[in-house]
Parts: sequence; C-alpha cells; structure tokens
Amino acid sequence: MDRFSRQTILPGFGKLAQHKLKQAKVLVIGAGGLGSPALLYLAAAGVGTIGIVDGDRVSLSNLNRQVLFGEGDLGLNKAETAAHFLKAKYHDIKIVCIPEFITTQNIKVIFSKYDLIIDGSDNFPTRYLVNDACVLLDKPLVFGAVYQNEGQVAILNGKGHKSINYRDIFPDPPTAYEIPNCNETGVLGVLPGIIGTLQAAEAIKFITEYGDTLVDKMLFYNLLNHQSYTMELSKNPDSRKGIPSSMEALETTDYAVVCGDGDSIDWEEAFALLSKFPGGTLIDVREADELPKLEGHPHQSIPLDLLDEKHQEWLNSDLILLFCQSGVRSLKAVKILEKHFPGKKIHSISGGIEAPDSPIY
Amino acid sequence: MTPTSIHVIAFGMIAEKIKTKELVLEYMPDTEVLLGYLYQQYPELQHTKFGIAVNKKMAVGKTVIPIGAEVALLPPFSGG
Repeated sequence: MDRFSRQTILPGFGKLAQHKLKQAKVLVIGAGGLGSPALLYLAAAGVGTIGIVDGDRVSLSNLNRQVLFGEGDLGLNKAETAAHFLKAKYHDIKIVCIPEFITTQNIKVIFSKYDLIIDGSDNFPTRYLVNDACVLLDKPLVFGAVYQNEGQVAILNGKGHKSINYRDIFPDPPTAYEIPNCNETGVLGVLPGIIGTLQAAEAIKFITEYGDTLVDKMLFYNLLNHQSYTMELSKNPDSRKGIPSSMEALETTDYAVVCGDGDSIDWEEAFALLSKFPGGTLIDVREADELPKLEGHPHQSIPLDLLDEKHQEWLNSDLILLFCQSGVRSLKAVKILEKHFPGKKIHSISGGIEAPDSPIY
Repeated sequence: MTPTSIHVIAFGMIAEKIKTKELVLEYMPDTEVLLGYLYQQYPELQHTKFGIAVNKKMAVGKTVIPIGAEVALLPPFSGG
C-alpha cells in the first residue's frame, strides 16, 4: 500500500499512469483562486515536479477562495506560502517556488523547465502572454478562467503546432473596459474551486492519457444551474497574426498595452484618492482645444504627446490620476509615466470626461 | 418556436448585455446576418469581443446557420 494505491487500482489507470505523473513537470501560474485547488490535487495525485509562480501577496479578501492560505498568511508571498504548505504535506514530490510574477523577461527560462503549463492567472495581459509563449515554446496549456458565476476550461496547444491556441478563439485581447476582472465583479469561492479542480483533472488526464480530455475543446460551466456547454474549437487563420514571431519578439512586447489594460478607477474613486493624498495630481491629457473642460476641480492640462518630456514635474507627487475624453489615451499615459515612476500610484480614470459618473454632469 | 427558428444562448457578460441567457430568433442564414441583427438590437455588443459557436462547433468567419440550430455567444473570461 502506498499513498497512490486508490488511484493505481483504478481500472485503466494503474502503475504506468502513476509513473507518468511522477515523471511530469507541471507549472502552475498563479497560486490564487484557481491555483489553490489545482495545486492541492496535483500534489496529492503525485505529480513529480510542481512549479508555483506568483509574485502576489496574500490579502484578506483572497481568503474566500484561495484555500491554500489562512489568516496567519496575510502579507506573505503566495508562491512561497503555497510551496511551504505542500512541502510539509508530501515528501515524495518536488515543489519549486518562483515568488515572482510571470513576465516577458522571465517566461522563457521558467517555461523551459516544465512540460505542461496551468494558467490560473487573473488578467488578460498574463493570459495572452502565457498563450503566446506556449505556442512559441510548444508547451501544452491547461486554461481556466472565471467570470461571476461562470467558468471556462480548455486544453490549448495540446497537439503541437496543429492544435488550437487561445488566439484561435479570441484573436484580439479585450480592453479593460469590456470585461471587468474578478476583483471588481465578485465571485463565490467555490466557483474557482470547481474550475481549478477541473484544470487539475484535465492536467492529470492529459499526462496519463486517461479518459477524454478537453484538448481543442472548451467547457463552459455555470455554478447557478450546473449547466455545462462544451464546444469544439476551430483554427482561426488570423490567430497567428497577434502572436510575436519569436521569443525574442515576445520579450519586447508590452502585453499591458496590447490588452488596453491598466489600473483604471472611476471618478468617485479618483476624488476619494485625491482627498486622501493632498500631494496628488490630476492631469487632463487631452489637446488644449478639446471640450468639455473639467471645471471646479484643480488639475493640470498636459497633452499626451508632452507627458514624456514633462514627467519630472510629477517627481514628488505621491499620486497621479490621468483622464482624457473616453479613457483610452489616459491608459497610454499611465504606461508612459509608469516607466519613469515604477511603484508610484498612477491611475487612469475609466471612461474619461464622458464617463457617466464624470463631474461634468 | 417555429421549425425555422434558431436558438441563441449567451454566456457571461454577453448575457448581461442582452439581458437574457436565451433568445429564440427567426431564421438567420449565417453568422454575419445574425451579428448584424444583434449589433442593431444591442448596440453595446459592437464594443464587445466574443466568439460564436454553431451547434457546439466554433464558427470562424461567415458560417452557415442550419435550420433549428443552436448558436452560442461566448465571451472571454479572465478571472482567477
């Protein structure tokens, strides 16, 4: 009897499948709502090498779904905390901790040590980066994502170059305005629990060639009524256009800009922040002749084109808020200023002066 | 539902934008005609990216919708 006996006696699984799990090297991106259950089950099943990559720290609002962590872990790095917990549970598997966010700079080196990638990230820039790297480095990708009460699971890039990748389904990333992320819309913890567990199940089935997997298929699951919908994916001739031509090209791609993402806030939050940070600055990045003007609120007007050369002006601002007509240029402005001031609080105001909650109304 | 109608199911934020998870529509010959109808009825969808599946197979480009087909509108999710 060993700790895997209940699965090795399973008809069709056996010692051979267990051996394949032992040999497997699986990387889990994000030890969050999806990564927590995925990691627990991969480790329990005996996947021989498990990498955990996450640069984030545990916060109180994570605890409804990130079941690897407890109240005693607040403020700690998620990859380190998860690795510590799993190492204490099992002596017979190798846990590798990478306490960083996955980036265009580290992705090649990290991916090269694994033969299957599980995406448990929580934003489009990371998801497109991970997809593109999986295509360029020929790594199978177990994709999982949630939105409110629904989830998606798929195995992408599972059959080499002929297989489907994420850009075959969604060639271009949505902007931050199209689809709010998990932190903004809320989620019951059990939903990522189910989806992350399905990702672990698909990874185990794929590695051991057990059962029918979601290779080139996508499963949709609805927590509220338990309805599921599985569709067969198709190759999209446009999908390759968005993927960098090589890993060298990927390293110079800015995925946050590609995804039109950024740390956006609404006008109400903007004024709340400005009252909290008296040294903060509000900047209109539109051209001088654009209307309507913002009145009654102190701000500077610096067109986007001049932002780069004038950045020194805001060296001592502890908060920079940027707005434009509709919220698109101010996202670019965030990227420009973030290059000069990494770590400073810099936000774009969603929807700009035309937003429904804009002070002009 | 008439014999020629099509059954449209919507997921995620698409269902929010069209304010229902299911629609029964009169015959639409292909996905481009369907998209044109949806964009007209629900202008918000014009600014939203989503995939379309016809009878559980992802449609790429203009795709014929058979009589009585089930068409799914599938947006990307990013949460984790």
